Amino acid sequence: MRGLYAVMWRELLVLRKRLWKTLAAGSISPVLYLTAFGWGIGRNVTMGSGNYLHFIIPGIIALTVMNNSFSGVATPLNISRHYSKTFEEYLIAPVSNLCLALGKAAGGILRGLTASAVVLVVSLLFKVHLHLNLWFFITLFVSSFAFASMGVLAGMVIRSHEDQSNFNTFVLLPMSFLSGTFFHLDLLPTPLASFIKLLPLTHVAIALRSIATDQVTPYASLGVITLFALIFFLAAVFSINRYREI
Amino acid sequence: MIKITGVTKRYGKIVAVNNLDLHIEKGEFFGLLGPNGAGKTTLIKILTTLSRPDSGTLTINGHDVTKDLVHVKASVGLVPQHTNLDMELTVWENLELHGLLFGLPKKERRQTIEELLTFTELTEHRQRLAGSLSGGMKRRLLIARALLHRPRLLFLDEPTIGLDPYTRRKIWDLLKSMNNAGLTILLTTHYIEEAAALCNRVALIDHGSIVALGSPSELKNMIGSYVVVYDDQGVTRYNFFSDREAAVDFARQITQNVTIRETNLEDVFLRLTSHPVAE
Ligand SMILES: Nc1ncnc2c1ncn2[C@@H]1O[C@H](COP(=O)(O)OP(=O)(O)OP(=O)(O)O)[C@@H](O)[C@H]1O
Ligand SMILES: [Mg+2]
Repeated sequence: MRGLYAVMWRELLVLRKRLWKTLAAGSISPVLYLTAFGWGIGRNVTMGSGNYLHFIIPGIIALTVMNNSFSGVATPLNISRHYSKTFEEYLIAPVSNLCLALGKAAGGILRGLTASAVVLVVSLLFKVHLHLNLWFFITLFVSSFAFASMGVLAGMVIRSHEDQSNFNTFVLLPMSFLSGTFFHLDLLPTPLASFIKLLPLTHVAIALRSIATDQVTPYASLGVITLFALIFFLAAVFSINRYREI
Repeated sequence: MIKITGVTKRYGKIVAVNNLDLHIEKGEFFGLLGPNGAGKTTLIKILTTLSRPDSGTLTINGHDVTKDLVHVKASVGLVPQHTNLDMELTVWENLELHGLLFGLPKKERRQTIEELLTFTELTEHRQRLAGSLSGGMKRRLLIARALLHRPRLLFLDEPTIGLDPYTRRKIWDLLKSMNNAGLTILLTTHYIEEAAALCNRVALIDHGSIVALGSPSELKNMIGSYVVVYDDQGVTRYNFFSDREAAVDFARQITQNVTIRETNLEDVFLRLTSHPVAE
């Protein structure tokens, strides 16, 4: 466990050193979405129970937590494996792969949560009042854990920085827009909607929205997110195990 | 201390390490010489658990390098060929991170960091980002970092590459004193005089296999203690002799510019390893 502390110590230190840059970089696109789609287009649109802003803010928080938790680990990990080679320093240390995966994931969790906090604050400025309870934050935390673990996995297996940004463009970006973040999945053709319902981000958007606007605890979606978190985390540990053997 | 038996490592079709056997005793200062691509770095990566061999066995202090990872890692230090410092951290933070990763208790960690900063003359640069250091300072920081957890065995992959002569000598002295204090050292280098000055035993490695092994003087005797160097229509020729008289006799017959001198380790290197840039 002391190994976990060491890995996290470094992540916290680096995050603290560039806190403002990280916060700004992490919240710029959600705030733009909020402004363009929510405030600009959707201010007079009503949707189901309420205002369109109420609909998209949980969706925007969902994609924010995904992108920041994922990229907050995957990109630096990729760089430390291929360019700066600092990852070797962790591999030669007597630290278990479990602690290594957990410590690196912690860096992504932290980035995901801080960026989401910024979006929440901004939405307060837009005078949107969401219903925030403990379940909301549990959902947020488990989701950031799932996406940060996915980031560790990607950082370990993707072979170059270019492939990494391709992954962002071809997987994360479409997922950000299609996973029920900005519109109801019912509007899509059934086969496509069914496929999208298999994606983790869809459940994060559904869960956050049902807590924040409908005040219902989404046990099913929470279960799915937890399952994704476990699978991604185990895969991440496995990818580090395998990496040593090359 | 180190027992390597029949180790092979392939990268696709390339055989980087080829059925290699090597024993290194406790307290030795061992040099690994060989041309580019000979397999030196690969061997060090295998010994430091960064890479796995395809076959063969390696033990360090009786612990299997491929299995007893925790034991092996705690007793081994590595100065890699490329600089792998965390450029976003300061000099001190790089050392602190290493100490934390190796589980050193706070008091010991802080104290050893101070000692090593003094030792490597980095004390006044402690708050600078590693990325802003000069090449020589980075190398010194790498060495300080590798020594922090007090390893019993130190691997140095071209530790003095790109250093000025003064800094190089300083690092030699540092390594010698560490070796005298009981640290076993395995070093690779392309500076042959470095191996000659430091190592009590040297292995020449080529295409992943050891082609010669012994003390520097044993290796020199292997090819002949004296060499006659002369110019043969623009090509420099080397003829080796086991005694001085034979060398002198041979030199008498040469009409061109001719030199007789004692063999050095560089002659051994050139004689026994393949060189792609023609004869
Ligand atoms: N990750 C890798 N993938 C493919 N081939 C590799 C890899 N690492 C090393 N090799 C190959 O293995 C061989 C041995 O390389 P190695 O780095 O061990 O040589 P070296 O003796 O350290 O050389 P140098 O003196 O240039 O540092 C080379 O042919 C190299 O191209
Ligand atoms: Mg090398």
